[in-house]
Amino acid sequence: MNFPILSSLILLPTIGALFIFFVRSSNSQYQSSKYVALFITLANFFLSLYLWIVFDKSIVNFQFVEEREWISGFVNYKVGVDGISILFILLTTFITPICVITVNATIKNRLKDFLIAILILETFMIGVFCSLDLVVFYLFFEAGLIPMFLIIGIWGGERRVYSAFKFFLYTLLGSVLMLVAIISIYWITGTTDVIKLYELGIDAKYQNLLWLAFFSSFAVKTPMWPVHTWLPDAHVEAPTAGSVLLAAILLKMAGYGFIRFSLGLFPDASLYFVPLVYTLSLIAIIYTSLVALMQEDMKKLIAYSSVAHMGFVTLGIFTMTQQGIEGSIFQMISHGLVSAALFLCVGVVYDRLHTRLINRYGGLVSIMPKYAIVFMVFTLGALGLPGTSGFIGEFLVLMGAFKKNILVATIASLGVILGAAYMLWLYKRIIFGKLINEDVKKMVDLKRFEIITLWLLVLPIIFFGFYPEPLINSIEVSVANMINMNDLDKINKLALGE
Amino acid sequence: MENLQLIIPELFISIMIMFLLIFGVFKKNSSQLVYNLTTVSLVATLALIINLDTQIQSSLFNNSYNIDSLARFMKILLILSGIFVMLSSSKYIQISKISKIEYPILILCSILGMMVMISSNDLIVFYMGLELQSLALYVLASFNRDNLLSTESGLKYFVLSALSSGLLLYGCSLIYGFSETTNFNQIMVNTKEIEYGLTFGIVFILVGLAFKISAVPFHMWAPDVYQGSPTSVTVFFALLPKIAALTIFIRFLYIPFYELGDQWQMIIIFLSIASMVFGAVAAIGQKNLKRLIAYSSISHMGYALAGLSTGSTQGVQSSITYITIYLVMNLAFFSCLFMLKRNDEYYENIDDLSGLSKNHPLLSLSLLVVLFSLAGIPPLAGFFAKFYIFVAVINEKMYFLAIVGLLATVIAAFYYLRIIKIIYFDPEKEKFESKHNLGLKFTLVASTFFILAYFIYPSGIVDIISQININ
Repeated sequence: MNFPILSSLILLPTIGALFIFFVRSSNSQYQSSKYVALFITLANFFLSLYLWIVFDKSIVNFQFVEEREWISGFVNYKVGVDGISILFILLTTFITPICVITVNATIKNRLKDFLIAILILETFMIGVFCSLDLVVFYLFFEAGLIPMFLIIGIWGGERRVYSAFKFFLYTLLGSVLMLVAIISIYWITGTTDVIKLYELGIDAKYQNLLWLAFFSSFAVKTPMWPVHTWLPDAHVEAPTAGSVLLAAILLKMAGYGFIRFSLGLFPDASLYFVPLVYTLSLIAIIYTSLVALMQEDMKKLIAYSSVAHMGFVTLGIFTMTQQGIEGSIFQMISHGLVSAALFLCVGVVYDRLHTRLINRYGGLVSIMPKYAIVFMVFTLGALGLPGTSGFIGEFLVLMGAFKKNILVATIASLGVILGAAYMLWLYKRIIFGKLINEDVKKMVDLKRFEIITLWLLVLPIIFFGFYPEPLINSIEVSVANMINMNDLDKINKLALGE
Repeated sequence: MENLQLIIPELFISIMIMFLLIFGVFKKNSSQLVYNLTTVSLVATLALIINLDTQIQSSLFNNSYNIDSLARFMKILLILSGIFVMLSSSKYIQISKISKIEYPILILCSILGMMVMISSNDLIVFYMGLELQSLALYVLASFNRDNLLSTESGLKYFVLSALSSGLLLYGCSLIYGFSETTNFNQIMVNTKEIEYGLTFGIVFILVGLAFKISAVPFHMWAPDVYQGSPTSVTVFFALLPKIAALTIFIRFLYIPFYELGDQWQMIIIFLSIASMVFGAVAAIGQKNLKRLIAYSSISHMGYALAGLSTGSTQGVQSSITYITIYLVMNLAFFSCLFMLKRNDEYYENIDDLSGLSKNHPLLSLSLLVVLFSLAGIPPLAGFFAKFYIFVAVINEKMYFLAIVGLLATVIAAFYYLRIIKIIYFDPEKEKFESKHNLGLKFTLVASTFFILAYFIYPSGIVDIISQININ
């Protein structure tokens, strides 16, 4: 097929942003720019859905590859998808329209600018997931900082400036080393093309340092303990749509990067650093779960729970088993849906009461029953109850971990219990209990657009909980190929056989 | 008989200087006319340079004046920047009451000096160009003579620059003493053996050049001069002398001193690291935008020097790319500065930008693009500039320099972000005037568009620059 479908996916939001930019700004046209944004993002979603349908899941190779000369004789613009990246693209294009719908209630000023920022951000996010060249990847990966910085800084809460700066500088500091590593790879191997690099392989003597450089970037972005502190700040201050995008997609860039680059390019180094990743992941799971238990602020609680969930993701990836990696990918998709939904839920009550403090609420079940139902589903999804997508991910990750290291798996399982504790306790404090506060009594139940957005998220969470096959099917071949290609199993066995 | 055709652009500028001087004296109240004529003659010069045969690699006057691809490219860059500076600052000059006939003529003089510098292949020709450039600049810096800061900056620049010129001249005399020639190519031939005098000569010359390019630790004049001079002169300072100084850096390092690479490499690396780090750190506390951009340009010169320090052709090319993109970014930044006008008064403090985005969305957007580009965030042009530098640096396995440079970009990002924060996150202030002359608008739109759209076709400039021969 000759139609450049991936480039269209990348460019479409930018074209939409330009369109909104050039439409004259007056109050009456605010509404129309919103519809333009919604239309563009939905079109992008259906385009990616089409991509998923025509995508051949039984083929190992990258598909829909487009290549064009870019920086002459040095870097080519190259994009393509395999079973793994296509899911992330789908997640991105699914979440973005939902964010656009929510702006109605949450964004009071400069709606146009906000929509432009979100659309530009979508371009960069899709670009990250389908780039097949390290420099192109870096370009998209870093460029996403600009719109997110503005989203937090302009439309954020009280401490928005501090959070925006922290977000930007932490991430930038993490990624500059990755740039050094990318350029070094170019001089070592003569290319930055990911597919060629998979074939060539990188000499084992360079791998450890390069791995660390990539790790420094991904660890900040994931975020892993101890560089996770920007996340709660950014989440708390960002507007609802910003939090949703941050939790659902931006964090997944790092997990994706671990699979695509850390495992794919540096298999020996990945194996060498497994204890490090295990340790950091376990600390993230246990420590941040405990921290989450003690939070007074809803958004902070969910932010810490994100760190814990991403701990499972990194743990699963570095088990280097079929189940572990599949579980991680599943967990990322599932967390993308669940955390997006949870932030939307927080947004719903925040719009009504303008506070995120948990103890200001209570007894919502009697006045907001519809809200209580969807929030229940998301809570259960977050704690990984069987029947929700959260369960599949965690279960596969733990299965992979048990195969490799029983101690690690046991400790990680404790995290599941802690996760249940803080999520259920949050639910209890907000939804149940007595209606004490006068202003809480005046809260109205979900409006129509809120019902639509939230149920749109309920459906896939339950559907994939009962029937994970479509997702697993999509990634199975790619993951198996990743493991075979780098002889991860063989390396693993050698390491175990000592 | 020399082939004088090759130096027609220089001759043309010289004739225009004399003509405009006489014209301006005899015709009363002709300052604006002279200004416009200057701009036109710059455009004509550009056409003359482009018109020259590109294939010719020739040297004139007993091999002391070089017309090669490097000179050609740098002169085009120089004149183009000159034209844009003239276009963007015409209104400023009228309002600040410095619209005198001498102003554009001095600018032409200094551009002529820079052109001589760029083409020079001989210590004496080089020094002549340098002094012609500097003398014009001393006067320009203190052109607003009723203003205390402007006078101070002129004097400061004069004293310090004279000192550095003295050092430079001493270095030249040492080089002459040990190599028995002033011709660059001959110096390379005659300096196969390293002697102490020669090393001292190199060091003195590098110190003088570092001063001209305002590299740390010879940067002390830059912030004061940038702040004190009229903004139209500041933008001139920020753009044109850097082109000339960088070219002459390239010539010195890659022709006469090429064989002595291990003598100067450490010096350049030190200058580079010190400039990158100091420029980034010192800019954090600044309140005046011109002063801030002075520190920022110190930092940027550090990156350009990092490319030179590699000693490879690729490094030089990356430096030239860097300076090209740097020029566009600074041009855009200063165009924005020229737009901060209210009731015939120009504002240049960072606080004056507070909440700019609400009243002037387009101007703020341009500033946003420029500042993120200066910070080196992809996909803007500033990122590519740094990227090429680091590609060249890492190719030479200079990892320490690369990592320090990249960390400095993170520090620098902080103060660029601070300006963006003030523009976008802070409460709004009074509106600025929204009417501007066409030249200024065109400069801003063109430069911002270049920065934004650079990523679409990054090969263009790289391909042109990769054809430049150094040796």
